[in-house]
Amino acid sequence: MSQDKLQFQLPSQTKMWTTALMAIGGVSALLGWFADKTEHHQYWWAMLLISGFFFFAIALGILFFYALQYAAEVAWSALLKRLFEAIFSYIPYGLAVVVLVLLVGQFHGHHLYHWMDSSVYDPASENYDEVIAGKHAFFTPWFFWLRVVAYAAVFVGFARYFRKWSLQEDAIGGTEIHFKMYKKGATFLVLFAVFSSTMAWDWLMSIDTHWYSTMYGWYIFAGMWVTAMTMATLILVWLRGKGYYAMMTESHIHDMGKWMFAISMLWSYLWFCQYMLIWYSDIPEEITYFKERYDHYMVAMWVIFFVNFAVPFYSLIARDAKRNTKYLTRVGVIILIGHFADLYLAVIPGTIHGHLLWGFGEGHHASFGWWFEIGMLLGFLGLFLRVVLTTLTKAPLVPKNHPFLQESENHHI
Amino acid sequence: MANKVFHVMYDDDQKLLDAATALVKQGIQVKDVFSPFPVHGLDPIIGVKRTRLAIASFMYATTGTLLAILGTWYFMIHDWPMNIGGKPNFTWIENAPAFVPVMFEFSVFCGAHGMAITYLLRNGTLPGMPASNPDPRTTDDKFVMEIVTEDNHAFSVTDLEEKIRATEVFELSIKDC
Repeated sequence: MSQDKLQFQLPSQTKMWTTALMAIGGVSALLGWFADKTEHHQYWWAMLLISGFFFFAIALGILFFYALQYAAEVAWSALLKRLFEAIFSYIPYGLAVVVLVLLVGQFHGHHLYHWMDSSVYDPASENYDEVIAGKHAFFTPWFFWLRVVAYAAVFVGFARYFRKWSLQEDAIGGTEIHFKMYKKGATFLVLFAVFSSTMAWDWLMSIDTHWYSTMYGWYIFAGMWVTAMTMATLILVWLRGKGYYAMMTESHIHDMGKWMFAISMLWSYLWFCQYMLIWYSDIPEEITYFKERYDHYMVAMWVIFFVNFAVPFYSLIARDAKRNTKYLTRVGVIILIGHFADLYLAVIPGTIHGHLLWGFGEGHHASFGWWFEIGMLLGFLGLFLRVVLTTLTKAPLVPKNHPFLQESENHHI
Repeated sequence: MANKVFHVMYDDDQKLLDAATALVKQGIQVKDVFSPFPVHGLDPIIGVKRTRLAIASFMYATTGTLLAILGTWYFMIHDWPMNIGGKPNFTWIENAPAFVPVMFEFSVFCGAHGMAITYLLRNGTLPGMPASNPDPRTTDDKFVMEIVTEDNHAFSVTDLEEKIRATEVFELSIKDC
């Protein structure tokens, strides 16, 4: 292990291109605001929610995975601990974007969330909606915002403490901190099990307010997990290309590849279960979600499903594929784009329905090709990478006193 | 000179690994190893090629998928169209979501059974087949390495025996073959 490569330095080149990406994002957001012809800039806010949530979900997925490593006493990933900590340090930033969208919605700056309009609960109003009124208790502002505060407190709080204890362990040593993190990791998993589902209902499923699905929380969670593992793998491969993490072997890459493969299958399984049950029973109150997508986005829906299922399945099933970093990177990029598109399709049909014209023509959302969507994605990618890589410079890449360190170094499969 | 076979027994997997590494380093070819469990890292040392079982399994599973597609089409669409829950039953594609669980299960069934049967056949360990391990203790807690003079013409029998005895041998038997 060479000593000089244990401390990550942010190359000035990287600083430059992450800044450039953020600038692209800023310009797209600005121009998009004026180009967006939807009422209340609905499309613009929806795009902000999608890009904000996508990267927040990556960071949160890694926090979940980090806690899982402790709770399950996993050894092979001990070397990667600092990378995971860097990724989940993005949680507050991602959360801020999502909360901004929610806040503006609460003050009626946009109507992504139909139920935020109090007149739908009022039987005297012409906006009265019996179905939504039935969910009033759950959507009452104080209860909704209490949940938002609870999620934020748990996610940000655990992320901060995990990081703090991890650095403490470097300084003090011993196994006391390790066992503390083992217990807290398990506690986090219990809270996450509930919050990951309710969060998905609150922030995404409620966009299609009349509809509900018990699979939805899991479906969003699986998407979160697979993008998290893929992003971590891509950053890891990039770092190895720069000469860091040289002590890691092909076996570690292989294991990350296995996660990308396995969770892609979990996502496909959940997506299909949700779809098939609704398709089979064919009850009006259940099919609204897929009806909306069938009417306006049918091709996109099936393409996204097959890309997110078939591409990882056929290209990552072989052992050699998971050990080849170049190949893994290419498949990883496809997975990330596929899941961004999937999140897009989870949000957009409920917000602007059929008014989206695919990339061109006169529509309610205007005729700005795809530059706005791609620009937003790139902008948030720049912010995400900048935050993650900056955090990575603040501590040695490899933890010092982690009890499983040696086992992780000798990992061989 | 008659060909001879060495059955070298070890009582610990680490001793076996060390011995195999040392012998192979001196240019001796190990024919096979009999062990009660898979010894991690042994294959590359004694030069066993990567198994193609996974590829076979993939082909069995794909066959299963295709058979399931054919079956669902024949039973449910072609031969006797079934009306279940009012679903359109004139084309396979319109009913495809309902057939996916069957396709999945049958792929797994064919992949798993094909793989298991191939494995047993290739190993010669199908039920009723005669045991081919040189010592029944290799099914308990001992490891046997098989070295034949036929593969190692560069060494004399005494030379081989000397080199083998230099490792941490538990028991050694030399037979004509």
